[in-house]
Amino acid sequence: MDYELIVIGGGPAGLAAAYAAWEKGLRRILILERDRELGGILNQCIHNGFGLHRFKEELTGPEYAGRYIEMLKATGVEAKTDTMVLQITQDKCVSFLNPVDGYRTVRAGAVILAMGCRERTRGAISIPGARCSGIFTAGTAQRFLNIEGYLVGKRVVILGSGDIGLIMARRMTLEGAKVLACVELMPYSGGLNRNIVQCLRDYDIPLYLSHTVTDIVGKQRLERVTISAVDADRRPIPGTEQSFDCDTLLLSVGLVPENELSRQMDVEMDRRTNGPVVYENMETGVEGVFACGNVVHVHDLVDFVSEESSRAGEAAARYILEGETAKEPLLTVENGSAVSYTVPQRIRPAGVDKNVKLFFRVNRVFGKAAIRVRAGETQIACFSREHMAPGEMESVTLPKTLLPRGGVLTVSVEEVEA
Amino acid sequence: MDDVIIIGCGVVGAACAYALSRYELNVTVLEAGSDIAAGTTKANSAIIHAGYDPVPGTDMAKMNLEGSNMAGDICRRLDVPYERVGSLVLAFDDADLQCLQTLLKRGQTNGVEGLKLLSGEETRAMEPNVSGQVLGALWAPTAAIINPWEYCLAMAETAVKNGVRLRRNCCVTGIRREQDGFLVTTTRGEFNAKYLINAAGVHADAVHELIGEKEFTICPSRGEYYLLDKCEGQRVRHVIFQCPGKEGKGILVSPTVHGNLIVGPTASPCAPEDVSNTAEGLRQVRERALKSVPTIAFRENIRNFAGVRAASDIPDFIVRESRSVPGFFQAAGICSPGLSAAPSIAKRLTELLARSGLELREKTEYDDSRRRLRFTRLSDGEKNNLIAKDPRFGRVICRCETITEGEIVACLHTPIPPYSINGVKRRVGAGMGRCQGGFCSPRVQEIIARELHMDPVDVMLEEEGSYILTGETKGGGKNGL
Repeated sequence: MDYELIVIGGGPAGLAAAYAAWEKGLRRILILERDRELGGILNQCIHNGFGLHRFKEELTGPEYAGRYIEMLKATGVEAKTDTMVLQITQDKCVSFLNPVDGYRTVRAGAVILAMGCRERTRGAISIPGARCSGIFTAGTAQRFLNIEGYLVGKRVVILGSGDIGLIMARRMTLEGAKVLACVELMPYSGGLNRNIVQCLRDYDIPLYLSHTVTDIVGKQRLERVTISAVDADRRPIPGTEQSFDCDTLLLSVGLVPENELSRQMDVEMDRRTNGPVVYENMETGVEGVFACGNVVHVHDLVDFVSEESSRAGEAAARYILEGETAKEPLLTVENGSAVSYTVPQRIRPAGVDKNVKLFFRVNRVFGKAAIRVRAGETQIACFSREHMAPGEMESVTLPKTLLPRGGVLTVSVEEVEA
Repeated sequence: MDDVIIIGCGVVGAACAYALSRYELNVTVLEAGSDIAAGTTKANSAIIHAGYDPVPGTDMAKMNLEGSNMAGDICRRLDVPYERVGSLVLAFDDADLQCLQTLLKRGQTNGVEGLKLLSGEETRAMEPNVSGQVLGALWAPTAAIINPWEYCLAMAETAVKNGVRLRRNCCVTGIRREQDGFLVTTTRGEFNAKYLINAAGVHADAVHELIGEKEFTICPSRGEYYLLDKCEGQRVRHVIFQCPGKEGKGILVSPTVHGNLIVGPTASPCAPEDVSNTAEGLRQVRERALKSVPTIAFRENIRNFAGVRAASDIPDFIVRESRSVPGFFQAAGICSPGLSAAPSIAKRLTELLARSGLELREKTEYDDSRRRLRFTRLSDGEKNNLIAKDPRFGRVICRCETITEGEIVACLHTPIPPYSINGVKRRVGAGMGRCQGGFCSPRVQEIIARELHMDPVDVMLEEEGSYILTGETKGGGKNGL
């Protein structure tokens, strides 16, 4: 065995997982990062709002990443940047490529998958129209501005109200661009409420809910975008078209966990999250292979990525230092009404320390609501919320004592009469 | 004074350049765009057709068959991805079964080898994901899938390596007859030649009429496509057609040489360069394709595109000397199966040029080979040797397709280097994958700028005007802190 633990990805998930594993006693840890620097997408998130939960202060993305990079410097964790992992086998042989080592295969006792996610593209949503330049995913535009130092356009329409799109609306405005509209297919925003306020309303950028882009015009560079209102089935309504003369269209239409390596090694996947099925300790269906962060499910705040990844790192350390974890008995967690996914998908009550945290998202907007957790038909816990929205990740914490020994747990959300 | 000027460097122009580059001739290719292979050649079904479709006796039938037979050899010599996967035409009802009989007979008359009618069960045994409604199919083992733009690039690069001159961004604006040939005026100066070849694709009628009488009209027809991610690439193993109707060969479902699944095309009249997608066209593609293969997961789409067929008002290829302008040879109306026929079209034009008095003396030294380094195809040992020599081969730029910096740099120093992001994509595949250049395009732009000594702001997506960057951020860019 070359390493006790190999962490695939040096973004917020990988950094927190590696640090936690070191803290718990692992000593031969390797992080493999495909970009030139550690920190992942945080490096291009130069706005503030990170770290309120984790560090109890407001940091920018690079500062948040910097904290973890500094913490890791004090450890013996090894990191290779500019390194692309090409294959991971079930017996934890990791093949990677970089300019210094060449093509190498190393073997690990445990692997943590922390590859993050990528943006959905124009192709994923099949926007009709011309294929001119000037159409960017919001994250690519963000990289151009914040890492490379270049502007991507002057008159901008944004499709999708995901957080990166909202952040870019403000960022482009601050660089002198005119953001004409933010267009959202759903009747509610996909991003955090604070971003709607701070990035759109504060700059008088109109948000068109229940609208989508139905045509793109431009011979070489984008010249015009047409948007239309959509009906309840999200189909464009003829006659509602309006056009914007613009040179840039930013797409913020969702994130997809990057699980090509997971699929290649036959990790069991969850169709709801597009991420691996995980147990309460973030272990995947392949023993000794853990997963955390946006590769498992797309998070709204990096603080929660760090928390989840610490659990994965600690579990990997336990796996190496204490041996195999208990496999049985088993609880399965499923969607109840208005819930679009749950993580973890499986719980081994024997492996739960004091309590287990269930993460999920609702599939529509709620005012006052009740979250009910049921074991079979029996309600075992109920939590109330003042407001819930699909753009915000939710969680509930269940004490170990409430968990049944097996069967199915469902999480559902219901409106509560005011 | 050139012996021959070829107007247009799509696959037909490139095939002509490649064919003529064997002889002791001065040949120049004039391409209006900033890159070659960027018109119909880059946006089509990427199929080398077996040849059962065209009406027997037509040039289309002869050239489809001959071109298809030549393609395999050319691809082997010039290192172009090409796989003879075979094709199936599906029948869903009695009329379709009749149609298969017609196609079988046509194919046999045209000289297509190995054609065979299959039952519904035999079809599903070969191709388990086709619809349960399929009653039978025509199996054509000689149909192939190909990388169409690399096919064009490979022939053009080989021609250039052997002395043919290529001028890009060089749009022909006028043609005049002079004493011993033609004077061609372009946006980049004047050129003289004894003979001209018109391979101008959707603009072939306009180019012909710069000097000739109207002999044909190009009737552009747009075809729209889906390109699905590699997880759908194994959905079918052969090229799956439906019976041809009034709208051409209909919607096909096929694996690509890159490992993706291609689905399309539609057929609708359009302006010569209108490659926009439409909601209606894409809907048609989905609906009709699901008839053949009901399990296609369109949610795995990574790109839609459209191509324009350069069809003419004459129901055959127009491969002949202009009737009004002796010495001006036409390769016009090259719609499907033009990609398949290209080398045969070039062969015919070469013969016509010779008959018209052009002396063809073979070069004593001719380099008829090409190799492109494909990093992922190397063994582990070869990879390490290469990285030891040049560490840039150890740096992956395009994550989705595993394309290294070394490969991108190498393509920028080939005989026909790309100047644009899409030019690099066509040469090495960077940006072709599921993230569609989201991660790699800033890096590719940086590498192009560095290697070609350009300002990153001047690196285009495709043609002049398709700029990506509008300037530098406050305190950013190349003068950044």
